[in-house]
Amino acid sequence: MADSKDFVAGVDSNAKKSPRRIVFITRRTSAQVKAETEDQIQTFPEVLFRAAVAIEVLAVVLVWISLMFNAPLEGLADPSHTPNPAKAPWYFLGLQEMLHYFPPVVAGVLVPGLVVMALIVIPYFKVNIEADGLFLKDREKRQRIFYVVAATLSIFLLVFKVYVALAPTLIMAGVMLVAAYSCPQSTSAFRRYLAARPLSYWVMTWFLFELVLLTAIGTFFRGPGWSWIWPWQGS
Amino acid sequence: MAKTDSSKTMDQYFEDLQQTRVWRSIFRSGPGSSTLKRALAIQQNVFLHLFSTKVRVRVLSFSATWYLGTLTLGTFLVLVATGIPLMLYYHPSVPQAYADTKDLQFVVSSGMFLRNLHRWSAHAMVFLVFAHMFKVFYRGAYRTPREFNWVIGVILLLITLLLSYTGYLLPWDQLAYWAITVGSNIASAVPLIGNKIHFLLLGGNAVNANALLRFYVLHCMILPLTAMFFVAIHFWRIRKDGGLYSHGSEPATMKAATANVAAAAKEAR
Repeated sequence: MADSKDFVAGVDSNAKKSPRRIVFITRRTSAQVKAETEDQIQTFPEVLFRAAVAIEVLAVVLVWISLMFNAPLEGLADPSHTPNPAKAPWYFLGLQEMLHYFPPVVAGVLVPGLVVMALIVIPYFKVNIEADGLFLKDREKRQRIFYVVAATLSIFLLVFKVYVALAPTLIMAGVMLVAAYSCPQSTSAFRRYLAARPLSYWVMTWFLFELVLLTAIGTFFRGPGWSWIWPWQGS
Repeated sequence: MAKTDSSKTMDQYFEDLQQTRVWRSIFRSGPGSSTLKRALAIQQNVFLHLFSTKVRVRVLSFSATWYLGTLTLGTFLVLVATGIPLMLYYHPSVPQAYADTKDLQFVVSSGMFLRNLHRWSAHAMVFLVFAHMFKVFYRGAYRTPREFNWVIGVILLLITLLLSYTGYLLPWDQLAYWAITVGSNIASAVPLIGNKIHFLLLGGNAVNANALLRFYVLHCMILPLTAMFFVAIHFWRIRKDGGLYSHGSEPATMKAATANVAAAAKEAR
């Protein structure tokens, strides 16, 4: 490449001039092979049609529910008369259940704040990108870490008497224990499945379990003074 | 009912309509069902161009998405369609708000149905947003290059919760009043500035007429517009980031692709 060039390459940044574009083709460039050869289908009409059907089915279900069940409406708002219990909307009842055990700054600010932060950063941490089973590498070391974390969390919940959150924690720890002693060559399909689960799966599943259980308890099992009631007892 | 050559089918009438100058002036892509025309139908429509013209065949299977994102959009559309007529019968003032809600139940034609549909759809939307989030997580669909769309999704989750929460107060009954009182008291627990946030949220130290007006404006104006803004970005980013099953976003493909490239490089040499 020693021959002299009859052009000058440069970066021009005059915004008022329409730029002239030149294509440079260097010598050893070959056509790029597309790595992806997956079958594709046209959005119109294939995808849009299916989406429209899905939304119509949803609309039918919602209309049916609306014809069968009436939205609740109680008496006029009265600041001098507090109902017992006063409950937040159902999706906040998991938090309200936590408020029963921890001070507001912990259950109402710290916990939801950390949850939102944790959700946002999920795609930026390698632990969530890796898809290898948690106990497949460094098995003994990771088992030890798992024991310490599970025991610390359980003791913490026990000390604060948060039995409703302790139960799912212990169940998850039990399942993880099975995973910790399963290998990908196991004859049981279930144990093969557990062995292949990565850490992110375990953390998220534990969170989902807690979220569903605490919300359900707050919604159906809490009566006057946030005491335990059974759904069929009424209020 | 044998079809003669002179009789036109509905399809042919529709095609004729599509050829007219007026139709062509409105819809830019014109008639025809070639691959090009179908691609243009998406690409040249201001709303549909958020989506890609083609998707991977795998996306169509029910188990890929369970249609949770689509259904969430569906609930949002139902909520807009029912929310606007509800606004016509509602004054955000105390105690008129409660009387208006009562009127919706007993006086306005189909008012009860309208309110039911709005309320149950709102619950459905909150549920579907959560379900969508967990489905995306377990699919691992937040992986590179689709990270930021996950973040937008979390923002949309928070907006959805706020939309539902602000709407909860509007009937101004005991249920609404005390649910918002319980919820807004949590804001006071924020260290140092808790009481200021609480005051800003409610326009006072307790849930009152100011709070109702604030929640009404948030519920009917600010939050829906913010939601639409982020939903548009959310959809557009699906296309820009390479779509569902985006190349490289799956661990299996990631490994296979690396192996392929290595093999191809070896072959080339």
